[in-house]
Amino acid sequence: MSETSKETGKGLSDWLRWQIPKMVVAPTFALIVFFVYGFIAWTGYVSLTKSRMLPNYSFEGFYQYIRLWKISTWSVAMENLLIFGGLFIGISIVLGCLLAVALDQKIRAEGALRTVYLYPMAISLIVTGTAWKWILNPGLGLERLVQSWGWESFEFNWLISNELAIYTLVIAAVWQSSGFVMALFLAALRGVDSEIIKAAYLDGASLSRIYLVIILPTLRPVFLSSLFILAHMAVKSFDLVVALTGGGPGNSSILPANFMYEMTFRRNQLGLGAASAMMMLATVMAIVIPYLYSELRERKNG
Amino acid sequence: MADINALPGSGSLWRTLGRVGLYSLLFLFAAYYILPLIVVVSTSFKDLEEIQSGTLLSLPAEINLAAWSYAWSEACIGVSCDGLKPYFLNSIQMTIPAVLISTLMGALTGYALTKFRFRGANLVFALILFGCFIPFQVVLLPMAQSLGVLGIANTVPGLVLVHIVYGLPFTVLFFRNYYINIPDDLIKAATIDGAGFFTIFWRILLPLSPPIIVVTIIWQFTQIWNDFLFGASFTTGGGQPVTVALNNLVNTTTGVKRYNVDMAAALITAIPTLVVYVLAGRYFVRGLTAGSVKG
Amino acid sequence: MATLTIRNAQKSYGNIEILKGIDLDLDDGEFLVLLGPSGCGKSTLLNMIAGLETISGGEVLINDRVVNNVHPKDRDIAMVFQSYALYPNMTVGRNIGFGLEMRKMEKEERNRRIDEAAKMLQIDHLMDRKPAQLSGGQRQRVAMGRALVRDPEIFLFDEPLSNLDAKLRVEMRTEIKKLHQRLKTTMVYVTHDQIEAMTLASRIAILRNGEVQQFASPQEVYERPANIYVAGFVGSPAMNFIPATVVNEEGRFGVSFERTAHGNRGSVYLPLPEEHQALDEWVGREVVLGIRPETLTHRSDAEIALNPCLQPFECQVEVLEPTGADTLTYIEMGGEEVIARVNPYNASSPGETMSFMVDMGKASLFDPRTEQRIN
Repeated sequence: MSETSKETGKGLSDWLRWQIPKMVVAPTFALIVFFVYGFIAWTGYVSLTKSRMLPNYSFEGFYQYIRLWKISTWSVAMENLLIFGGLFIGISIVLGCLLAVALDQKIRAEGALRTVYLYPMAISLIVTGTAWKWILNPGLGLERLVQSWGWESFEFNWLISNELAIYTLVIAAVWQSSGFVMALFLAALRGVDSEIIKAAYLDGASLSRIYLVIILPTLRPVFLSSLFILAHMAVKSFDLVVALTGGGPGNSSILPANFMYEMTFRRNQLGLGAASAMMMLATVMAIVIPYLYSELRERKNG
Repeated sequence: MADINALPGSGSLWRTLGRVGLYSLLFLFAAYYILPLIVVVSTSFKDLEEIQSGTLLSLPAEINLAAWSYAWSEACIGVSCDGLKPYFLNSIQMTIPAVLISTLMGALTGYALTKFRFRGANLVFALILFGCFIPFQVVLLPMAQSLGVLGIANTVPGLVLVHIVYGLPFTVLFFRNYYINIPDDLIKAATIDGAGFFTIFWRILLPLSPPIIVVTIIWQFTQIWNDFLFGASFTTGGGQPVTVALNNLVNTTTGVKRYNVDMAAALITAIPTLVVYVLAGRYFVRGLTAGSVKG
Repeated sequence: MATLTIRNAQKSYGNIEILKGIDLDLDDGEFLVLLGPSGCGKSTLLNMIAGLETISGGEVLINDRVVNNVHPKDRDIAMVFQSYALYPNMTVGRNIGFGLEMRKMEKEERNRRIDEAAKMLQIDHLMDRKPAQLSGGQRQRVAMGRALVRDPEIFLFDEPLSNLDAKLRVEMRTEIKKLHQRLKTTMVYVTHDQIEAMTLASRIAILRNGEVQQFASPQEVYERPANIYVAGFVGSPAMNFIPATVVNEEGRFGVSFERTAHGNRGSVYLPLPEEHQALDEWVGREVVLGIRPETLTHRSDAEIALNPCLQPFECQVEVLEPTGADTLTYIEMGGEEVIARVNPYNASSPGETMSFMVDMGKASLFDPRTEQRIN
């Protein structure tokens, strides 16, 4: 079979057509490899050095990590994360689920209500923090409002309380994100097979039984999704703390993300900052990997 | 879902009580969500005297825009006293290119990953997807260094680069999940008809994509405009986006705290994304729910 | 019009072999049907012919030209898809003419061709509609129009009728047949429906697990299937398979099996016709006897006198299934359930013994181990 140059040309253009998709993906992939994986590796390495103001590349082992866990502010931050995270996730899910179930009952103003529940998601956390900082202002905010309603001895100075500042974060964060959980649950509820419900109704189950025993268990995937996403948001919480409490009073409401920022950009402790960042990564991975694993396994079995 | 209340046999007194309770619950929570907005807006229209003497919910005597104009053009942020306006413009200059570029790249990548079965496509997707999950603290340091090396530290283009890169995992996710549901036969038919990679994208796939394009753009716009971490980490002074400027304004207290200005500033910062939400909210929701259903 | 040659074509994905070496040769104007169950590799083969899949080994030749590395648009082929694959955002007219647009044909010429194709398929009144506004049958025609208008060397069809309802399927099948008669273009058609294969093909290639089981005309495949798989795949109700022993009685070869008649169990000897007498090595061994239901019917001495291949025997009836045209009579031969096609007026009742005759000239013998045809 003699190959004319036209044939070769056609062969080349044909080979090219199989390569073009790869070439299109390449830039995106390269960017991610460099800016995500490359950077994680770099940060990981710096966390193993004694870097202070500038990176210093001599390997020092786990020096920074040991140092990290000796710093009381870090322990406070991690503890706060557990408290904040636990409450934030728990309340958001319960509230979101409740609102979704309520909205699922053929409510007249459903569209408007949904819009109201969800709009906080569109706002920056700095704005949220600023707004709630004003609302919870000791003296001029909520405290004065309730007092003006007749409850003279009402006190609400959580913002300036060492023990209670962390809970103000919960209030604001729940306000921001529970609408999202509601949207997820509502979408899932809408996907429930109505035939199952009719069958249960025929069997004599009451409305609450139907929800508790039949519908909610099928929403397990949505529970998990919400859990995972909220946990993720909790670990990354930075903006809200900066705007609402500034980490204070003192360092009582600081979270790991803020600690990392302080160390890296304010205190010239690059190695320590890197170590705290890697700890945050580890925490997120500890949540993400089991979740993805269980998702994939379910996919295979289901 | 089947409306149980419409089915015969449910006792009507219970039903009515139940409905009343239901609506009360819903409106109670609606108050929780909307009151903060009302408070913020109302505070921004008050003057300092009214704030000191009234309560959160007391309405202003008249709609006073002084705080707004002060926040916009006169407030002191950092060393300059030009209000939020320059930073607002920074945010616009940062957000629009980043949204457009990350969306386009996401679309092309999603298309290439789903419609052409090449080896490693799924692995590449998984690796890109991972970028959605990382806490950004872990890239702050090296990014700051890299921006310095590239000469775009503390600039709007620098922020544009950052937002494109870290927006890609999300845009790729959205488009990939969308394109996977478009029949492969369509691409095959076009290939036989003689259309090449980009012709197929332009003539056939894009016309089918408006729903996901809208979702992606809204999502990216909201994420990028609302970002604080990257802005605070990679810019100082004049190059900052409006969210960072807002925080500076509110948290640097010299003299009397001007709550009305703070609130006006917060609203100025929030208005773009709120407007987008009000106009196209259901696409926003679709983005949220689509992004979290890992495909 | 073109010849199509497939030489030892192979396809693997990583370690999984989809096609294990396919050899097919088509003459100009033939209608080849690739028949097989899902997963047998027929669609993969079609995609390889079209150029939508790369070829792992072997060659595909169109008009004696190796096209392994030639872009689909340069192979001069057109394809009709199972899901029609119409461009949703374009009108019918635009859909049909898209391929011509890509080839930069002049607008006038393009429109002429589009109108011609549309008239031929009776869709000229739908030109400005979008696919979403069309019925299944109309969409199918548009898909065919898109292929027609290109005037290709080879038409490819990938299960085009699977998404249509039964009645429409029969209609469109006839349309495709008429099209082939009219255009006389070479066509390759993939399906899992053996009726489509039988009615449309000039030759059928039956595929299983990536290998060609038989490549022959419909009649040949029907009457002389190459193995048990092919025999069972084509024809409805399916061929009966009976374990039987080869016997040599008085110099004449035949098969013998057990059955029940008049309440007693006994064996029956059925002599094979003259042509099938080279069975020396099989004497005394078990084979699989293949008999199609329509060759097994009630005994008619008049016909037996005319056709020496017809052999009579008696057997007890188990179940009857009247279908109107004939009654499917279930009997047991050699331990297997067997269906016979009997005239409704001649069928006995279940439990009764009936006289049957079988056309041994149309019988097939298979090696029970290799499942290949013996006679």
